[in-house]
Amino acid sequence: MNTLEKAENTTGLRRVAIEPVSRVEGHGKVTLLLDDENRVHQVRLHIVEFRGFERFIQGRPYWEVPVMVQRLCGICPVSHHLAAAKALDAVVGAHRLTRTAEKVRRLMHYGQILQSHALHFYHLSSPDLLFGFDADPAQRNVVGVLQAHPDLAKQGILLRKFGQEVIRVTAGKRVHGTGAIPGGVNKAVTEGERDALRADLPDVLRWAEQGVTLVADLHARNHVVYDRFGTVRSNILSLVGRDGALDLYDGVLRARDADGTIIVDGVEAAAYSDLIRENVRSWSYMKFPYLQSLGAEHGWYKVGPLARLQNCDVIPTPRAEAARQAFRERVGGAIVHAPLAFHWARLIELLHAAEVIEGLLDDPDILGTALTTTGPRRTSGVGIIEAPRGTLIHHYEVDAQDLVTQCNLIVSTTHNNQAMNEAIREVAREYFDGRAVTEGLLNHIEVAIRAYDPCLSCATHALGKMPLVVELYDARGELIDRRVRDAEHLP
Amino acid sequence: MSAPDALETIERPVFNLDGHEVPFSPGQTVIQAALAAGVYIPHLCHHADFAPHGSCKVCTCRINGRMATSCTFPASEGLEVESETPEVQELRRDLVQFLFTEGNHFCPSCEQSGNCKLQAVGYDLGVLTGHYNPLFPDRPVDASHPDVLLDTNRCILCELCVRASATMDGKSVFALSGRGITKHLIVNAESGRLADTQLAVGDKAMNVCPVGAIIRKRQGFRVPIGQRTYDAAPISQIAVQGETKGGTP
Repeated sequence: MNTLEKAENTTGLRRVAIEPVSRVEGHGKVTLLLDDENRVHQVRLHIVEFRGFERFIQGRPYWEVPVMVQRLCGICPVSHHLAAAKALDAVVGAHRLTRTAEKVRRLMHYGQILQSHALHFYHLSSPDLLFGFDADPAQRNVVGVLQAHPDLAKQGILLRKFGQEVIRVTAGKRVHGTGAIPGGVNKAVTEGERDALRADLPDVLRWAEQGVTLVADLHARNHVVYDRFGTVRSNILSLVGRDGALDLYDGVLRARDADGTIIVDGVEAAAYSDLIRENVRSWSYMKFPYLQSLGAEHGWYKVGPLARLQNCDVIPTPRAEAARQAFRERVGGAIVHAPLAFHWARLIELLHAAEVIEGLLDDPDILGTALTTTGPRRTSGVGIIEAPRGTLIHHYEVDAQDLVTQCNLIVSTTHNNQAMNEAIREVAREYFDGRAVTEGLLNHIEVAIRAYDPCLSCATHALGKMPLVVELYDARGELIDRRVRDAEHLP
Repeated sequence: MSAPDALETIERPVFNLDGHEVPFSPGQTVIQAALAAGVYIPHLCHHADFAPHGSCKVCTCRINGRMATSCTFPASEGLEVESETPEVQELRRDLVQFLFTEGNHFCPSCEQSGNCKLQAVGYDLGVLTGHYNPLFPDRPVDASHPDVLLDTNRCILCELCVRASATMDGKSVFALSGRGITKHLIVNAESGRLADTQLAVGDKAMNVCPVGAIIRKRQGFRVPIGQRTYDAAPISQIAVQGETKGGTP
C-alpha cells in the first residue's frame, strides 16, 4: 500500500479537506493529514455520495433495466442505457442485432461520446488549461472562458449541443431517453432527422479538429508540466475491436502493462469476472478494481481516453488516426501516463466520434425498419461498452420469471480509483511537502482528479457492499463499542 | 374550459359547469355529461365501460355548494357545478399527491410513463412533487404469470381490474383486501400467485389498468418517446377525444 494512503499514527496531525471537489460529476472530497511542518502523511480521495443501484435493481423486470440504470448519471446516461441493453441482448438471445439496431445504437453512443467529451473539456477543464492552475478562481471557470475566448467557448457549447441532438434523434430525449431495448431499438432515424444532423456536420468536424490542435499546442508550449504533472505509471485497460482497432461500442477486453506490453487480449465480455477483481477500503464508497492475474498491489490500471488511444492498434477514421499517430510519435511510441494527456486523447476521440457519426449518417441502414431480434432465452448477460470516461461493465442475472436476481456494475471512474488516488499523492509530494497550503496548491490536486473526468455519481452504486465502521463513545469520550462490517477487506 | 356546441343544444336539459351550460340525457352522471360535451373533469377510477364507482375522489366537484364525486352524482336540471376552481383543484392535487406518496411510483423508470393516467392527471393538475412524505411501502411484484407482470407498487386501488375481470371477463381474478391504509390488491388463487389464476393477455382486466400495475411482459419501452398516449396532447384533450389506454372518456 502506498505510504501516503494511510498514516501510521494520525495523532497530532492537522486535517485539510478539499470539499467538495469542484467541476467533476458528483460529490467527492480529498483529505490531507499534515504535521506541524506541513509534511504530508496521508492523502485520500473520498467518494462521499452513495447510490445503491446494484441493490434496488434486484427484483425488477429485465426490460426496465436499461431505462432505470441510466438514472445513475445525467452526463453519460446513454452509456449505462446501452451497456444494460447489450447485457440484456444476451438474455433475450439477440446475439446479432439487426443492422439498423446496431447502427442506431452506435449513432446514439458516439453522440454521447461527443457531447460528454465536449462538456468535460470545454466546460470543466479548459479553464485550468487556458488560465493556469493558480489563476484566480473568479476567472478560472466556463464564464471566464466565455469572456476571454468567446469563439472557443461557443464551439464547446455547440459541439455538445450537436451530440445531444444525436442522442435525442436516437433515444427520444436529450437526457434519459428510451431508444435501446433488449434485442434492439424502439425507433430508427427518419430522413428528416438525418438531414438536420448532416447540416451541422461540417462545423462539428472543423471545431473538433481545432480542439485537437489546441490541446496539442498546450502540450507543446508547456510540455514539462504536461508530461510530468501527477504522472503515475500503471497498467491500462479498454475494449478494442476484434481487429484491434478503436471501437467504443463493442469488442473484446485488452490490457497492457505500463510499458505497453499486452498482458491479456481478446477477453470476451462474459469472461470479465475472470479478468477483474474488486477490493474495498473503509474510507470510500468506491471500490478498487484490479487485474486478477497481477493481484491488488500491482494489478490496478487506468481506463478512459488515454488508455484507449494507446491500447488500440489503429483508429478506423482518417482524421482521428492521423491525430493519434501524432500523439504517439511525440513520445516515440512510449506509453504516456501523464493525467493531463487525457485531455489530448479525449479530443482525439471527440474528433473520431464526429467522423463515425458522419459515416453513420451516410448509411441507409439507420433508416431501416427491422428494429429487434430475439433468440434462445438465457439467464445471464454481460454488456461492456467504452463510456466517455472509460470501460463500463454491466452484468445481470435474470430468473425464469423475467426478474433481475443479481446485478454487478463496474463503472469507468471505479476502474480509475486507484490511479486517481495515486495521482493526487504524486501531486501532494510534488507541491505540498514543506510548503504553505494555498488555494492554488489545492487546485493542483483538483486538476489531477479532473483530468480523469471522474463521475462520482456513477461510481457509488453498491448498496450493502461497502465496509462500515461504527464506534460508540461514552460521555467521557472513551470508546465503549466498535463494530466493523466486512472486516476482512478493510485495509 | 369550453363547452363548445353545448350551448346550441337547447332541447336537452342542462346544468351549469364553471359558467357554461352542459346538456345531459336522463340517467347520466355529471362527469358523463361533461365528457360527452367535451369538458374534462380529472378522474382515475371512472371508466365509460363500467358503472359509477366513486373511489378515487379525484373527480370531486363542488355541486350545489357541497363537495361530491361527479362520477356518482346524477346530472339534473339547474345544478351548479364548480370544477376548475382553485379550491377544487387544490383538493384534487392533494388526492393525487396522496396516491403518489402512498405507493411506489417511480415515473423515470416506469414503462407506463407517457401512457399512465396517474402521471397525466398529475401533470394536468400541476403536481410537481409528491409534497407529502413518501411511505415507501413494501409491496410485492408477482411475475409468476408467463405473460403478465403484476406490480402492486403502482396500484392505486381504482378497482378497474376487479370490475373488468368480474363483469366483463367473468373470471374474478382480482379483488381488494384489507381496510384503510392496509388495503391492497389480491388475486383469486389459493396460492396467491397470478400464475394460478385464469388471467389471459386478451382479458379486459389486462388492458384497463390506468397505471403500470398490470402490464404485459416484455413489451416495456417498445413505443418510442413521441408516440405514447400523452406525448402529443395532455389528458384534458385526450380524455374527451375517445377511448384511451386505461380509460375513459
